[in-house]
Amino acid sequence: MKCYSPVIYRSLIPCKPSALKNMVLQSDQLQYVIRQISLESGESLDVVQDQATEILDEMGQNLNLAAIRMFALTLSKIFKRLFRKVCVNEEGIQRLAQAIQDHPVVLLPSHRSYVDFLMMSYILYTYDLALPVIAAGMDFMGMKIVGELLRMSGAFFMRRTFRGNKLYWAVFAEYVKTMLRNGYAPVEFFLEGQRSRTCKTLAPKFGLLSVVMEPFFKGEVFDTHLVPVSISYERVLEESLYAYELLGVPKPKESTSGLIKARKILSDDFGSIHIFFGEPMSLRSLASGKLNRSQYNLIPRHLSQRPSEEMHTFISDVAYKVELQQIANMVLSPGVLIAAILLQNVPSLNFSLLVDKTIWLKDLTEAFGGCLEWPDNMSASKVVLASVDLHSNLMRIADGEVVLFENGPNDVLTEEKVFTRAITLLMCASYRNQMVNTYARPALVVLACNMAPSSSRDDVSRTFYFLRSLFSKEFIFFPGLEEKDFEEGSFLLSKCDIVHLTPLEIVLTKNGESAAMFLVRMFQPFLEGYQLAFMHLANEVTGSLTEKQYISGMRSFVTRRILAGDSQCYEALSSDMQKNTLASFMHLGIMKVEKSIDAAIFTVDKQAMADVEGKLGLQMPIMKIPVPRL
Amino acid sequence: MSGSGLALPWPWLCASLCEEAWQELLKWNGWGYNDSKFTFNKKGQAEFTDCHDDVLRIVDLACKHNVCIIPFGGGTSVSSALECPEDEKRTIISLDTSQMSRILWIDEKNLTAHVEAGITGQDLEKQLLESGYCTGHEPDSMEFSTLGGWVATRASGMKKNIYGNIEDLVVHLKVVTPKGIVEKSCQGPRMSTGPDIYHFIMGSEGTLGVVTEVTIKIRPVPEYQKYGSVVFPNFERGVACLREVARQRCAPASIRLMDNAQFQFGHALKPQVASIFTSFLDGLKKFYITKFKGFDPNQLCVATLLFEGDREKVLQHEKQVYDIAAKFGGLAAGEDNGQRGYMLTFVIAYLRDLGMDYYLIGESFETSVPWDRVLDLCRNVKERIVRECKERGVQFPPLSTCRVTQTYDAGACVYFYFAFNYRGISDPVHVYEEIEFAAREEILANGGSLSHHHGVGKLRKQWLKDSISHVGIGMLQSVKNYIDPNNIFGSRNLL
Repeated sequence: MKCYSPVIYRSLIPCKPSALKNMVLQSDQLQYVIRQISLESGESLDVVQDQATEILDEMGQNLNLAAIRMFALTLSKIFKRLFRKVCVNEEGIQRLAQAIQDHPVVLLPSHRSYVDFLMMSYILYTYDLALPVIAAGMDFMGMKIVGELLRMSGAFFMRRTFRGNKLYWAVFAEYVKTMLRNGYAPVEFFLEGQRSRTCKTLAPKFGLLSVVMEPFFKGEVFDTHLVPVSISYERVLEESLYAYELLGVPKPKESTSGLIKARKILSDDFGSIHIFFGEPMSLRSLASGKLNRSQYNLIPRHLSQRPSEEMHTFISDVAYKVELQQIANMVLSPGVLIAAILLQNVPSLNFSLLVDKTIWLKDLTEAFGGCLEWPDNMSASKVVLASVDLHSNLMRIADGEVVLFENGPNDVLTEEKVFTRAITLLMCASYRNQMVNTYARPALVVLACNMAPSSSRDDVSRTFYFLRSLFSKEFIFFPGLEEKDFEEGSFLLSKCDIVHLTPLEIVLTKNGESAAMFLVRMFQPFLEGYQLAFMHLANEVTGSLTEKQYISGMRSFVTRRILAGDSQCYEALSSDMQKNTLASFMHLGIMKVEKSIDAAIFTVDKQAMADVEGKLGLQMPIMKIPVPRL
Repeated sequence: MSGSGLALPWPWLCASLCEEAWQELLKWNGWGYNDSKFTFNKKGQAEFTDCHDDVLRIVDLACKHNVCIIPFGGGTSVSSALECPEDEKRTIISLDTSQMSRILWIDEKNLTAHVEAGITGQDLEKQLLESGYCTGHEPDSMEFSTLGGWVATRASGMKKNIYGNIEDLVVHLKVVTPKGIVEKSCQGPRMSTGPDIYHFIMGSEGTLGVVTEVTIKIRPVPEYQKYGSVVFPNFERGVACLREVARQRCAPASIRLMDNAQFQFGHALKPQVASIFTSFLDGLKKFYITKFKGFDPNQLCVATLLFEGDREKVLQHEKQVYDIAAKFGGLAAGEDNGQRGYMLTFVIAYLRDLGMDYYLIGESFETSVPWDRVLDLCRNVKERIVRECKERGVQFPPLSTCRVTQTYDAGACVYFYFAFNYRGISDPVHVYEEIEFAAREEILANGGSLSHHHGVGKLRKQWLKDSISHVGIGMLQSVKNYIDPNNIFGSRNLL
């Protein structure tokens, strides 16, 4: 049997999970909150203390080596059936091992699938590294046996929503901080907060991040290292589930029986997985010169302090930095390129054309800094064929054509058909989405060139800034660095000879026409989705509405447009995009929100809409985009 | 290395330093690396003053001719306070007070002594002892540092738990400033007459005037003195014990806690024992502590204690403290260890000069910090020093150790020692300064103060504004502007 003796934090104070829980319960921080709550609610201290104990028992992990061994054994069997190979960057593992020894470590993987954290624990175990304690969603705990197994392999659970539950938050935060302070084990959580259903990196959540940073801010640890981890799947296990969810079919509740039923996927092939452990980021170096830690000097450290403006900016900057790092280290599979091309050629494309375009796109992606996994020892057509084969649930080859879905000339669109097509297209889009962030900056520059009133640098950049802020929820941009993004985007374009830069102007070149077209069409669904949302708000909404109402309203509006043949934008049916439009419109001031205890009520500001209308390109009759078929 | 101080810009340095003076200079160099190392010349070539009126005349003359004065006591400053400002264009007079060293009178009824400010700590205690008294103020530098210097820097003594810090000891001050003499008209033990004007002087670091005479509290020499020491399994327990001692307000005259590295350092300096019996005994002790009690020799740390007073009370007090220590896993470890601990403090400055010959550069600095942050601050600052050394190409791991030297109700004073081997580094003093800078930054970020008793000088000036707010700086500035509009006392410390 394998000998498991992981490297540990050098100033670790060894303790058992139960001792850890005791430390949490006895901590000044928690005791203070308990006293406060007891004072406010009038309940006796013991009662609140018991509640806290209960919460802690509910969420606590219970690391157990035997369970881990068993788990690892089963996992390796399962993984071997599901995946062809798992690639890990070993120098990243070495860096991580060093970091774990020197500092408390926080692992921040990307989140695309439930497999993520099983895979993380499995990999760390395999490489003889300390198993992380993982902040996982409560939904897992409902699963019999599996929940307990997860707990024994180091997961601890948090409720999805505990807004307003002061005690829960206090127990949770203290638990995480205690583990960090003691260097008990690396803490792992997902910055995105949930699995990204669209495979696009979600905007980060800051709550947990600020919790893990606090011990450093307050001087309780010397440093904390944040390790971005990128997990790229050639095929995501939950791909079809996600598509259904995005279209409003509720996700099935996690249950052990459901898991057993799902075993038929075991016979499926999910390709390979790439795990990239990024360079550990020292919180100390990130904060040096940016943050004055002495702001914590005047208040006893067990009192929680509202983060200052400066602190908040810092936390958000770090979060975006980590996510951008995750994105940069993602490995794109050929399937991603194929999906992106097919989406522009619905419903089918000639196979050899597809191969040509894929090769072309491969070069462009690499020029834009994307990291591709391309088997060198195979001919391009074989690579494409293998990929198409892997995604056989999405596309198939018929008569030398790669077909996404059938579309007979006499077919009449029905709502049902729209739904099934949307499923396919959204799944396809989730692959293209894996690389949109790489393309976002140059593509938005091209879009801006098309939409700006003139080709002068000023106009183009202004349009770019608008688009960037419009899509700030959709893509990940580092906060504030508008100009830099613009410069980099235009630089990448000029490097590929797509635009010509003069000191005053930005002009699309003749050579780059097809590339520019490709970029525009890649981002067309986003632009159109936002335009549709805008039209929906402008024409059909009066008074106030809730998020739910908005989403169902949008869904029926878009369906109608598609049925009427006015639009091809199936992606606008995705609830993810709809939520993003909502957030973006609030950011732009088109919508206002009033939050009450149980619901948020949105109202539309028609005045502000008039300003944005032109910028969104809606006054122009209809964006005319030629549709060349290569 | 010691001589390199002379390379500093000294527009006024007397050309004829005689051999004796050189020796004096070297002796004093036990302190700050870059301070103005002025030496007085007994044959009368440089300024020296022997009474208050002379100072008055000198300051008058300086004002009249717009000459800069930097008062000089024992030269033990470690904050660059005595360094001459580089951009000072005027002539600089170093006003050496060392000849003002008489005890003018002793008042046994009120237990006060009136003393000229140039007297060194050692002389003061020696002379008071002749009448059976002491001040009890014993900073580590007491061999050289002077009464006036203590006042000017807000000094603190090792036995402050019994006698108090300098601000508790001073009853009356006479200070010569460009505007005239500052003093109070009576010697009442406490007054409510607005903010205490002496507090402008204490800690003024030579920017406002010269302290010429001080009335200081005295105490009868204690009947009995006893050293002691306690071994703790680790630093955390040690700090917890000190905190408890402070909570119960039963701190002995001095209580200090060395961390493990410092304990090992001190242990290495232990003189070779003469008899086989003692070495056998030592071995037995070691066996008992490490094997029987299970203390990890790389974790354990030692507190040194000093009790003073009536024999009976001392013994009682001693028991009380040892009982508290026992609660935190402390084991009494004998008088010798305690005494050696205190010796280490005095020799450390000499050790530093010795270390120079072996490519060692080292220094100490201090801070004060609330109890709950002591452990975190110690760990982080030590760690920061190690890292900074590594980053700056220091080839061997540095000595980075700390010691809790004073306990207060609300916090403690912590002393850091650090030394590194500068083989292969072209400018060790600069590297040293950078590391000290980083360490100070770390201290401030962890809730420590800018200084507990070393003062601000020029070395820590840049942090003063953040420490006391810009309004605070304005208050100090306006006092300075009123008292010394022409910046006669132009050492440029503090502000």
